[in-house]
Amino acid sequence: MTTTDVDPEAARLRALVLPDRVHGSVYTDAEIYARELERIWYSTWVYVGHASEVPEPNDYVRKTIGPQQVVMTRDKTGAIHVLHNRCSHRGNLVCDADRGNAGSFRCPYHGWTFANTGDLLGFPFNQGYGGSAARAQLPGLGAAPRVESYRGFVFASLAADGPTLIEHLGAAAERLDRLCRLSPEGEVELTAGWVKHEVTANWKMLVENETDGYHPQFVHSSIFSISGSGIGALYSDKSTAVTRALGGGHTENDLSPEFRRLGVPMGWAGTPESKIPDYVAAMRASYGSDTADEIMINGSPHVMIFPNLFVAEIQLFQIQPLAVDRTVQHVTAIQFKGAPDLNRRLVTQCVGSVGPAGMLLADDAEMYERNQRGVAQRQPEWLDLTRGLHRERLDDDGHTIGTATDETSMRAMWRHYLELMETERSGARPSEEP
Amino acid sequence: MTAALDIDVREAEQFLYREARLADAFALEEWEALWTDDAVYHVPVDPDADPRTHMSIVFDNRGRIATRIKQLQTGRRHSQRPPSRLCRSVTNVELLGADGGDTLVGSVVQILESRDRGTTWWVGRVTHRLRRVEGELRMAAKTVVLVDSDRSLPTMSFLV
Ligand code: FES
Ligand SMILES: [Fe+2]
Repeated sequence: MTTTDVDPEAARLRALVLPDRVHGSVYTDAEIYARELERIWYSTWVYVGHASEVPEPNDYVRKTIGPQQVVMTRDKTGAIHVLHNRCSHRGNLVCDADRGNAGSFRCPYHGWTFANTGDLLGFPFNQGYGGSAARAQLPGLGAAPRVESYRGFVFASLAADGPTLIEHLGAAAERLDRLCRLSPEGEVELTAGWVKHEVTANWKMLVENETDGYHPQFVHSSIFSISGSGIGALYSDKSTAVTRALGGGHTENDLSPEFRRLGVPMGWAGTPESKIPDYVAAMRASYGSDTADEIMINGSPHVMIFPNLFVAEIQLFQIQPLAVDRTVQHVTAIQFKGAPDLNRRLVTQCVGSVGPAGMLLADDAEMYERNQRGVAQRQPEWLDLTRGLHRERLDDDGHTIGTATDETSMRAMWRHYLELMETERSGARPSEEP
Repeated sequence: MTAALDIDVREAEQFLYREARLADAFALEEWEALWTDDAVYHVPVDPDADPRTHMSIVFDNRGRIATRIKQLQTGRRHSQRPPSRLCRSVTNVELLGADGGDTLVGSVVQILESRDRGTTWWVGRVTHRLRRVEGELRMAAKTVVLVDSDRSLPTMSFLV
């Protein structure tokens, strides 16, 4: 990597993001946010959507990459594209339905039409361009230069070059495997629709909170104390769970040691086998009893895939920054293919927890917003990141781990953040299409 | 939808106004007492979707309504600490019909919510399923379809 001492912004950032603290301005400074869009959101792999949201040829769904509006399409051959929602004539929005099935999109302004691959198909009164042959010269829709999927999770990079998706995911890929294994068919589906929760806070407040094991006992005590939930104990001083840096800014709260201690299939979901007999039978038929039980005991991951995909056991969040102090958290209940009885319970459980009225997430959101207002105050300028620094160690896979409540995950996120933010941007200008 | 309506619009209005006032004032026990034992409290994202298989903003059965109230009563529901300042008006009250022994009542609600973060104007169409239980009106279901239900919404942890 090229560190650029000639780049004063990079030097400034290195002074604001330190191994044991970060400066409050990284959450409030509009110039830093603008650089984040370029260096992170419009360069690295960003989670866009799931293949199950466009199951049939010609299906499409509107999605986002940070503030960018994109359309995720499946063309008639089955390939998935991520297209900018912007007409190549004079910039109008091309697609307004949230989802649908269409082989082409017609711009309402002057009627240019585009295939769901982004190719320009037609332009009315074409003699104004010298005839239909001009199609070869006129541009189509802008498309993400790189689109790749892992286990149905579709990611896009707006940079032409860079690490492959699998390199980007690194050890986080195995967490998606772990998630998919909970389906008797080895696949998840995102078919339950989305709740969109907007907060007046910088996106990094959310990323950091997702794997912050220190807050649940305090922020969520109101619900833990009355629901008899065991979640609080998972994030206590006595918990055997670990916080792990997976590399690439990805982090997790690995609760599986606690789930194994419990030793009950689906105990992690708080759902006794007797309530979901079809699911348990399907799992044992697919994997064999021993493996199925192991999968069902180990449970689902709690992993934050930098910068915007958070899988929290039974629900999936997509983080979307809109401005330096505005972020939308899109959330849905994960659905396991071949598990209708379990899936219904997951929807119910998820709806109770997440979104603007959620019994958990409304209080997380309150913390993001209070934090955003707090860091705007002048003193003491810095946010502390030292929790558990003295007891960090490497696990057998060489990943840095801390206890359930340590800030190992935040330190790792910031290390990666700084790497991206101080690097010269490589080849990330949108290609100049003829 | 058959059966004669045993509730007139004036009585329905009085019930809706009272419910609105109790919710605004966080009169939690009195508000909770308005529900029947089989109650459903629903704030959908997509009013045409099946709430058992699709995400909602709120989808509470009677047990979860009780949990929601208890959570507020702990005093540690941070998104309601301090409680939102609320003032709502209920208008366009209309008897929509009868279903079994229940009466369906439509209305429009407009809620001004003031918090430190600023003020939010919540507007939606509401359907109450009212039932007479031991002489008293109760709500067996309340569905609030917000104008912005499928857009990004800020935190809404008061009783809508
Ligand atoms: S802007 Fe789309 S056709 Fe003119
Ligand atoms: Fe939380």
